[in-house]
Amino acid sequence: MALTNDHTVKAFDEDLNRLRGLISEMGGRAEQALLQAMTSLSKGDLDLAAQVVRDDKKIDALEAEVEQLAVQTIALRAPMADDLREMIAALKIVSVVERIGDYAKNIAKRVALMDQTRSIEAIPLLMSMSSIVAELIHDALDSFAARDAELAVRVTVRDKNVDDFYNSIFRTLVTFMMENPKYITESAHLLFVAKNLERMGDHATNIAEMVYYVVTGEHMEERERGETPEDSASAGQEQG
Amino acid sequence: MTQDDLTIADPKMKAHGVNVFYGEKQAINDVSIDVGTDLVTAFIGPSGCGKSTFLRSLNRMNDTVASAKVTGQIELDGEDIYAPSMDVVQLRARVGMVFQKPNPFPKSIYDNVGYGPRIHGLAPNKADLDVIVERALVRAGLWDEVKDRLAESGTALSGGQQQRLCIARAIAVDPEVILMDEPCSALDPIATAKIEELIHELRGKYAIVIVTHNMQQAARVSQRTAFFHLGTLVEYGKTTDIFTNPKQERTKDYITGRYG
Repeated sequence: MALTNDHTVKAFDEDLNRLRGLISEMGGRAEQALLQAMTSLSKGDLDLAAQVVRDDKKIDALEAEVEQLAVQTIALRAPMADDLREMIAALKIVSVVERIGDYAKNIAKRVALMDQTRSIEAIPLLMSMSSIVAELIHDALDSFAARDAELAVRVTVRDKNVDDFYNSIFRTLVTFMMENPKYITESAHLLFVAKNLERMGDHATNIAEMVYYVVTGEHMEERERGETPEDSASAGQEQG
Repeated sequence: MTQDDLTIADPKMKAHGVNVFYGEKQAINDVSIDVGTDLVTAFIGPSGCGKSTFLRSLNRMNDTVASAKVTGQIELDGEDIYAPSMDVVQLRARVGMVFQKPNPFPKSIYDNVGYGPRIHGLAPNKADLDVIVERALVRAGLWDEVKDRLAESGTALSGGQQQRLCIARAIAVDPEVILMDEPCSALDPIATAKIEELIHELRGKYAIVIVTHNMQQAARVSQRTAFFHLGTLVEYGKTTDIFTNPKQERTKDYITGRYG
């Protein structure tokens, strides 16, 4: 979708561009937080983990800045149509990105709680899963910046890969715990890491759905979701 | 998903294939629209887009312009308003109009409202006329402010009160349709809010069509919005849809401030 032409009131475009810039920066930081948290986990790098926790404050500050700018723009410029949809989406997207940052921080905080993760076979799987999640976050925010509804749709489709990874890691970790009871604490933490990654993928999907609404004015059709172990549990067929 | 239920169930006025010419120049090109009593309709668009011209063709105000020519069909309750048999004075009583600048007669407040009913023979005696004047002023939300000074000149009122007096004057002859041509553009925000509240109150009693430059006002007072550009009706839809998700690029550019 082509970029729209400028507003008669140039200051309005400046506000919009600033808003988009802040959201891009926030998304970049969340993506980086995820990658650094995973690196610190796989290498047991406590300094890097502590940095992720510290940097999360910057993500929170950016959220507050976007909120303030969006509210101000709504009050002063009375945006309409796609501009209005963008303001509302911006407010919702930043709260989702902030959550993604929190999940990354949560992963980083677990690094200090386990000291023998490297021998656990689920780690490489988690690393692969996290790089897909990071791509989804990246593409979801790119679709916002580029007003690209097709890219947004592709993000929601690819989230199924994340769900598949989650299922596979869940089984791997459960099996591993049964065979290696002394790693139960570490494995339990890694289950939470996997769950956090799965949630981040869902959040990327939420962003993509909002982008689709901004661009088209329509809500994206409900897609088929990958089934997670929790879904099976609620159906009363929990396996292994 | 929203385009299907745009039909007006019981249209008061129906315009079909309307063209308006000023001499050689075509000001309105093939406009069709229905107006109902339950929904306020707003006409928006840039200056010179034809929205006022079209509004004025709905009660034959354009007849007063010598070079103006209207073709196509405009019906009030199924009756062709441009038919030779149509009594134009009667038509303008049924389709009342409120203008941009309040234009009270240089007469008393009472006479401003009572004049129309009297010449249209709606009030056989003074007591009847008193009732009509009071009811019109009450409906226009002006009664409490003027009931103790009905003999004072209408021109002595504030701008906002004058405009409500003009609305009372339009209401007094018991119209079916009220056309408003930028009724608030000369008023301050408080007076504007009172007129908007009044439009809200009058909805359902009269079919109301309002032309406004103020898009926020169109958004606030109307349920249906028509966007005019260069003499054509570009888009007609629910007001909520027009302002959140217009279908036409030109509508979007206009309402988001990208026009021109």
